[in-house]
Amino acid sequence: MRASVGVAAASAAMVVLLTGCGGGGPQSGGDSKLTGDKIVLGVLNDQSGAYSELSGKNSVKAVEMAIADFKAKYGDKAITKNISVETADHQNKPDVANSKAQEMYDRKGVDAILDVPTSSAALKVADVAKEKKKLYFNIGAATTDLTGKSCNKYTFHYAYDTYMLAHGTGTVTTQQVGKNWYILYPNYAFGQDMEKSFSAAITAAGGQVVGKDGAPFPNTSGDYSSFLLKAPTLNPKPQVLGTMQAGAELVNVVKQYNEFKLRDKGVGLAVGLMFITDIHSLTPAALAGTTYTDAWYWNFDQQNREWADRFQKETGTRPSFAHAANYSAAMQYLEAVQAAGTDDADAVVKNLEGKEINDLFLRNGKIRAEDHRVVHDAYLAQVKPQAEVTEPWDYVKILKTIPAAEAFRAPSPDCKM
Amino acid sequence: MSGFLQNTFNGLVSGAFYALLALGLAVIFGMLRVVNFAHGAFYMLGAFGAYVLLSEAGVPFWAALVIMPVALGLLGMLLERAVIHRLTRLDPLYNFLLTFGLTLILQDLVKSRYGIQSSPYATPAELSGTVDFGLFDFPTYRVFILGFTVLLCVAVWWVLGRTRVGMVVRAATERPELTRAFGIDVGKWVTPVFGFGIALAGLAGVLAAPMRAVNPLMGADLIIVVFAVVVIGGLGSIFGSVAAGFGIGLIQAWGEAYLSDFPIVSQTVVFVVMAAVLLWRPAGLFGREEAPA
Repeated sequence: MRASVGVAAASAAMVVLLTGCGGGGPQSGGDSKLTGDKIVLGVLNDQSGAYSELSGKNSVKAVEMAIADFKAKYGDKAITKNISVETADHQNKPDVANSKAQEMYDRKGVDAILDVPTSSAALKVADVAKEKKKLYFNIGAATTDLTGKSCNKYTFHYAYDTYMLAHGTGTVTTQQVGKNWYILYPNYAFGQDMEKSFSAAITAAGGQVVGKDGAPFPNTSGDYSSFLLKAPTLNPKPQVLGTMQAGAELVNVVKQYNEFKLRDKGVGLAVGLMFITDIHSLTPAALAGTTYTDAWYWNFDQQNREWADRFQKETGTRPSFAHAANYSAAMQYLEAVQAAGTDDADAVVKNLEGKEINDLFLRNGKIRAEDHRVVHDAYLAQVKPQAEVTEPWDYVKILKTIPAAEAFRAPSPDCKM
Repeated sequence: MSGFLQNTFNGLVSGAFYALLALGLAVIFGMLRVVNFAHGAFYMLGAFGAYVLLSEAGVPFWAALVIMPVALGLLGMLLERAVIHRLTRLDPLYNFLLTFGLTLILQDLVKSRYGIQSSPYATPAELSGTVDFGLFDFPTYRVFILGFTVLLCVAVWWVLGRTRVGMVVRAATERPELTRAFGIDVGKWVTPVFGFGIALAGLAGVLAAPMRAVNPLMGADLIIVVFAVVVIGGLGSIFGSVAAGFGIGLIQAWGEAYLSDFPIVSQTVVFVVMAAVLLWRPAGLFGREEAPA
């Protein structure tokens, strides 16, 4: 029953696709360098689950803003005005991400896929991009494998990764807050990766990891008290609790950190990965003084703020760094197609490689040719005390700008293009 | 030593939530023979209700602690009258599907209005300090939860054990056919008991709001453990569900504290206990084998 519906849908889609191509061919006049005389961007991300608010449907809006800005910038000189967005929900599942990516490239005519949070799903899509020889800008996932052993010619890693988070937060917090750390991480690929990256950064900065524990993932009881009680009793006593939990689990850790008054007991808090949406749900009061590394902050300067105002008109909320990065990646892809005069993937990759960029999201940005890591300035942020919060969503102050050259790791020898 | 006592205390606090939820499931299963899969969703609604009352109407925690259980109890009674009782004569699978579907609907309704991101809820100021027990200190709010839940369980115990209403409920739970044969109208107690079970879930939700992430999926995560608790205690056994709730809370806390080098063990201990209990006593620790029909 299900199979026959699927077959019917697939054949219907084929018919649409074939007639679409048939109609589009002659109209394009033959001189266009674009397949189907159009550009299609695909936003593949979590639209209903844990990461749907920090990116999700509002990233589709951000990409639409980029398309509008591109058309406004080039007017009649634009390579095409026929630019559209396809979008799908991958539910953070690698197998769904895999099939949706194939569908986007093969049947929806997508030229470049954007976003794809959740590392396991992100790596699957990198394989699809490599096989189909189509572009892929990862924004939402943290794994350094995208520019390491799983790197390929068509995949670019745009916004952040575990090295950037650990290097920024681990190094500066060790220097400025305290040398002794207790690390609490969710016991699965992302958490283990973060624990290793943080331990390396802390040790390199002259600090010491006096204790670390992998908490169950997912933690069905929602309780972290045994870890939080243990932290202040360790010898030597840790001055920093580094939590690698994300989303709702981070909320649980922070609520209980406050309940057990660890800050009063001399144990500060550093968070591995945090989005502005997390601070909003915990309130700045619960997080005051917490340090973390941010890839972009909406109220950092006038340029960011103006864009954030436009974004708020569209969506009713302030942008996370993932929203800004989706805007930037879409814009840079369109610019590259414009410059190359074609949407041929190899020509666009050639245009992008080695390019130095300054835009809304990328400051001192550069697309490294060796591993396709997009490097740019990162920021060490600290959550303001409630009393200093003067307007909604303005929750952090930037302690330090981490220069692009330091923020990301050197190209990995594991990456063979 | 003080570390052990602290972990024990924490285990009892986690156990308090399991006990409240399992108690509600047990009375509902006892009276209706319905495994209420929507229980976690009502727990979530309790927490969200507290959040909405506070953020949109300024209603404090203490008032929410009364308002939400009553409101959700009434909603539960309405649902029982409107849909659930129509299916009780059919295969239990129908009510399983119905309550599971209800869970998805309730979760998505909340999600569409408030999003997936957790909503903020602060601990009430009177309870935000710590209590000094000499050997160790402990968050006041956790002490309150434990005391409140124990009192509540004792009260439920008293109602069921010492009042006429409780006698009917106990009789109907354990031998429904026989109770009917004595001419007691079991049917008129079904709806209030369902509402009462739901009210307990809502109450647990309000209690959870200051210390847990308040989001649409908070119940879905917890309810898996609660079902294991109910099975261990014995489906429909009121004492069993409370005892197993506190017991599992303790085992989890000790497991996390002392077996943290063996995450596989500390993460699965609840289900290992469940499997062992099922092998040893298929009806659960305090359950009674159902008489063959």
